[in-house]
Amino acid sequence: MTRHIRHAGLFCALLLVALLLNAARVQVVQAPEYDRHPANRRPDIARYEEPRGDILVGGRPVTGSKDTREHLRYERTYTDGPLYAPVTGFSSQLYGTTLLEKAEDGILSGTDPMLAPFPLWNDFTRARNSGGDVVTTLDPAAQRAAYKGLAGLKGAVAALEPSTGRILALVSRPSYDPQPLSGNGSAAAEAWKRLNADRDRPMLNRAARQTYPPGSAFKVVTAAAALDAGVVRDLDAPTDSPDPYSLPGTRTRLTNASRGCRDASLREAFTLSCNTVFAKLGVEVGGTDMTATAHAFGFNNPALRIPFPVARSTFDTSLDRAQLGLSSIGQYNTRATPLQMAMVAAAVANGGQVREPYLVERTTRPSGSTLATSGSRAVRQAMHPSTAVRLRALMREVVDNGTGRRAAIRGAKVGGKTGTAQHGLANSGMPYAWFISWAQGDRDLAPRVAVAVVVEDAESERRDISGGGDAAPIARAVMEAVLAHAK
Amino acid sequence: MSKAGITVATADPPAPAVRRLPRRRGIELALIVLAVLLSVYGYCAVGLAQHGALPPGAAGYGAGLGVLALLAHLAVRLRAPHADPLLLPIGVLLNGLGLVLIYRLDLETPGDRAAPAQLIWSSLGVTLFILVVLLLRDHRVLQRYTYVCVVTALVLLTVPILFPAVNGARIWIRIAGFSIQPGEFAKVLLAAFFAAYLAANRNALAYTGRRIWKLQLPTGRVLGPIVAVWLVSVGVLVLERDLGTSLLFFGLFVVLLYVATGRTGWIAVGLLLAALGAVAVGRLEPHVHSRIETWLHPFASIEAGEGPNQLAQSLFAFAEGGMLGTGLGLGHSVLIGFAVKSDFILATAGEELGLAGLSAIFLLYGLLVERGYRAGLALREPFGRLLAVGLSSLVALQVFVIAGGVTGLIPLTGMAMPFLAQGGSSVVTNWAIVALLVRVSDSARRQGDGQGTR
Repeated sequence: MTRHIRHAGLFCALLLVALLLNAARVQVVQAPEYDRHPANRRPDIARYEEPRGDILVGGRPVTGSKDTREHLRYERTYTDGPLYAPVTGFSSQLYGTTLLEKAEDGILSGTDPMLAPFPLWNDFTRARNSGGDVVTTLDPAAQRAAYKGLAGLKGAVAALEPSTGRILALVSRPSYDPQPLSGNGSAAAEAWKRLNADRDRPMLNRAARQTYPPGSAFKVVTAAAALDAGVVRDLDAPTDSPDPYSLPGTRTRLTNASRGCRDASLREAFTLSCNTVFAKLGVEVGGTDMTATAHAFGFNNPALRIPFPVARSTFDTSLDRAQLGLSSIGQYNTRATPLQMAMVAAAVANGGQVREPYLVERTTRPSGSTLATSGSRAVRQAMHPSTAVRLRALMREVVDNGTGRRAAIRGAKVGGKTGTAQHGLANSGMPYAWFISWAQGDRDLAPRVAVAVVVEDAESERRDISGGGDAAPIARAVMEAVLAHAK
Repeated sequence: MSKAGITVATADPPAPAVRRLPRRRGIELALIVLAVLLSVYGYCAVGLAQHGALPPGAAGYGAGLGVLALLAHLAVRLRAPHADPLLLPIGVLLNGLGLVLIYRLDLETPGDRAAPAQLIWSSLGVTLFILVVLLLRDHRVLQRYTYVCVVTALVLLTVPILFPAVNGARIWIRIAGFSIQPGEFAKVLLAAFFAAYLAANRNALAYTGRRIWKLQLPTGRVLGPIVAVWLVSVGVLVLERDLGTSLLFFGLFVVLLYVATGRTGWIAVGLLLAALGAVAVGRLEPHVHSRIETWLHPFASIEAGEGPNQLAQSLFAFAEGGMLGTGLGLGHSVLIGFAVKSDFILATAGEELGLAGLSAIFLLYGLLVERGYRAGLALREPFGRLLAVGLSSLVALQVFVIAGGVTGLIPLTGMAMPFLAQGGSSVVTNWAIVALLVRVSDSARRQGDGQGTR
C-alpha cells in the first residue's frame, strides 16, 4: 500500500507541476499577447484613470476632465467646445482622438516616455504619469473674432503670425461641441451618429483638412512667379494681353468680371483681378517656374503637420498650356486649404519667406515646467525680397482702392486679395468667396498677422457671394483683434 | 519533519519509548502568527492602494482572525499535541488570504458585499475544526459510521434537486438568505465512506472473484455497493449539472481504489470509461460542449462580436499580473464579472500578486496535500491511510480542476478554490478536512512515537 500511496502522491505532484507550468505560460510567455489583445480593457482603464492633460489657449485651459466614477474614470470636457473644436478635436472613449488630442496624445495621456522621472522607471514600478499640458499659439481674441464672423455661414478662417508661423486662429464653421463624444455611453454613440449624418459635416476641419479652389486669391502666387521670372519687370507697364483671352490650343475664351483688363498693367490687373492677364502671365512664366513657385509657397506638400496633418494643397505639375493658364488663376486642379492661403499672404508680408505654421507653442509637465518647445521651424524663400515688397504694394492697393475695401483698418497698413472661385459641374455650384490679407499696425515694424478666409455657399443669392463682400469683413475683424493688443 | 523524527527514534534503539518525537507546537504557533500578520498586511495593502489610508477594520479583522486561529491552536495543543504543525497555519493563511481577496473585490462591487458573510462562515469553519479536534478522539471511530456517512452523503447530494436552480445548476439550498451547497459536505462524507469500505474489503477486491483474460475482477457482492454509490453520486451530479464535483468524485474514487488494491488494470479501465463518458457527455450535453469549445477557443466570443467571455477576461487578468503582479487592490479582475469572488478568485490573486504570489499559493496547497500524504504514509492501519490520502487527494484534485480551469489548462468547471473562494459551505468543509487531517496526523506521529498512547 505504501508504494501505491507514493504513486498517488507523485500523481498529485505532477498536477502541481502542470499548474505551475501553465501559470508561467499564461502570465509570462503569453502575457504580452494577452495584454495587447484589443478586447482587453485594461489599457483603456489605465488610460482614463487619471485626468487628461489640458490644451491651453491664451494661458487658460479650454479642456478639462470630469470624474465619472465609472470604470473608464475621467471623461474629457471642453469649454467653448465649438469655438476650439477645429484645434482640439475630440477625445472619445468610444471613437478615439482627433487633431491636437490625437497628435499630442502621448503628452496629454501621460504615456510619453519624456514624462517619466527616470528612464525605464515606469516599466519597473508600473506607474503611469499624469498627463502634461499642451500650450497652443492661438490668440483667443482672433479666434473669437473669426468664429463670430462666420456665424451662420459655412467656411473657415486661418490666421498666422508671418514672422514665425505661429497659428493665431483656426476656425471652421459649422462647428460642433466635442464634449458629448467624450464618454462611452449611448449618448456618445447618438452624438456620433448625429454628427456624422449631418449634411453640413460639422466635424470637418475646413481650415486645415479641406481644400478649395482658391480662385483669384491664387493670383498672388502667379504674380510672384511672374515678377521673379522676369516676365513682368515694371508693375505699370502694359502686359499686352487681350480681352477675352483664348486659352492656348483651345477655343475656350476667358473673360473678366470687370472691365478695363485689355492690355492692363500688372498693378491694374491685380486690383481689378483680371483673369485674362493672369492666365496669360501664368502661361508665359511656364509650367516649371509656376510649379517651383507654388511648391515654395507650400503647395503639393503632403507632409505638413501642425502637429496634426494638414490636407495637401495641390498645384498640378503635368499641365498643357491651357490647363496652366486656368491653374494660374486658381482654377482647374489648383486647390488650397485656408491655412495654405494664409501662408501665401504671410509669405508676402514676411519678405518672401514662408515659415512653416505650427499650433503648439510648448508642452509642459504636470508641474508646469516646460517639456519641449516648438523650436525652430523650416523656412523657405518663396520669392525674392524685392518681389515681396512689390507684391505688398499691389495687395495694399486692393484694400485701398480695389475689391478689398471692406478690409481696411484705420491706423494700419492692410494688404489683401479677393477671390471668387467657381466650382461644381459647369460652374453651377455656389462659388467660394476668398479673402487673403495681412495687416501691419502703423507702429509695428513688420506685419503682425496674415489671414485667409473662405466662405462657402452662404444661403444667399449667387451674385452676392464675393471675396470682398463676405470674406473681407471677417478678415478685418480677425486682423483688428490681433492688432488690438500691443505686442 | 516526521521522517527526521522517525530516524531519531530508530537511531536510538536503547530507549525508544523515552525519546519522544518533537511535537513542534511552538513552531505551529509561530507560523500561525506569521499567517495572521500576512493576512493583516494584505488587508492594509488593499486599503492603502484603494483609499490611501489604512482600512478602518484592519485591527478588528486581525484580532478576529488571530483569536480564531489561537483557539484552534489551543484545541490542537489540548487534544492533538502530536499533530503536524504545518496543517493549521496553512489553513489560516489560505483562509486569511481568501478574506483579503474577497474584501478587495467587495470594494469594486459596493452593492454586493461578500466579505462579512465569508468571515462568519470562516468562524463557523474554525468552530467546526475545534469541535472535530476536541470531540473526535480517534479517527477510527468514523469507521463505525460507514453507512451513515454514505446515506447522509447521498441525501445531501439529492436534496438540492428539490430547490430551484441557481445559474443553471441545482446545487444550492437557500434558507433565510443563506445559501448552502450540501454537495460540499458530501465530499468529506463520501471520502470517509470510500476509505472505510475499501479498507474493510480491499483484500476481497484485489484477490477474489473471476479472472477474465489478464484482469482479475472482484465478486459482484464486494464491488456492487461501491460502484452503485459512485454511479448514484455521479448521476445526481449530472442531473444537477455540477460537472466539476462529479469529476472530483470520480478522481477520488479512482485514486482510492488504486491505493487500496494496487491494481493498475482497474485504473486503466476506469480512465477508459471516464474518457468515453467525457466524450459522450461532451457530445450530447450542450452545456458541457460549450465549455469545451470555450476552452479550445477562449477568444471565439470576441471574434463573434459578443465581447470577451469569463475565461478570456480571466486570462487577461493573469496576463496583466506578469511576474510580480500589480499589487493588491490595483488590478481589474472585476472585469470577469459574475463569479469573480468564487470560481475565479484565483484570477484576482494572479493579477495582483503575479506569478510569484500564484506559485506561492499553489505551493501552499501542495504542502497541505503533502502533509496529508505523509500522515497517510506514517500510519499503519488501512482506514487511516486511505482517509488521509482521500482527503488530501480531494484537495489536490479540487485545486487542479478549478485552477486548471481558470488558467485555461483544462475545460472550466465551476468549483470553489479551497479556502480562497467565496462560499460558506466550501470553507466549512475545508476546515473539516483540515481537522480530520490534523487528527490523522496526530495518530500517525503519536504511533511513530514509540508506544503511541497517552
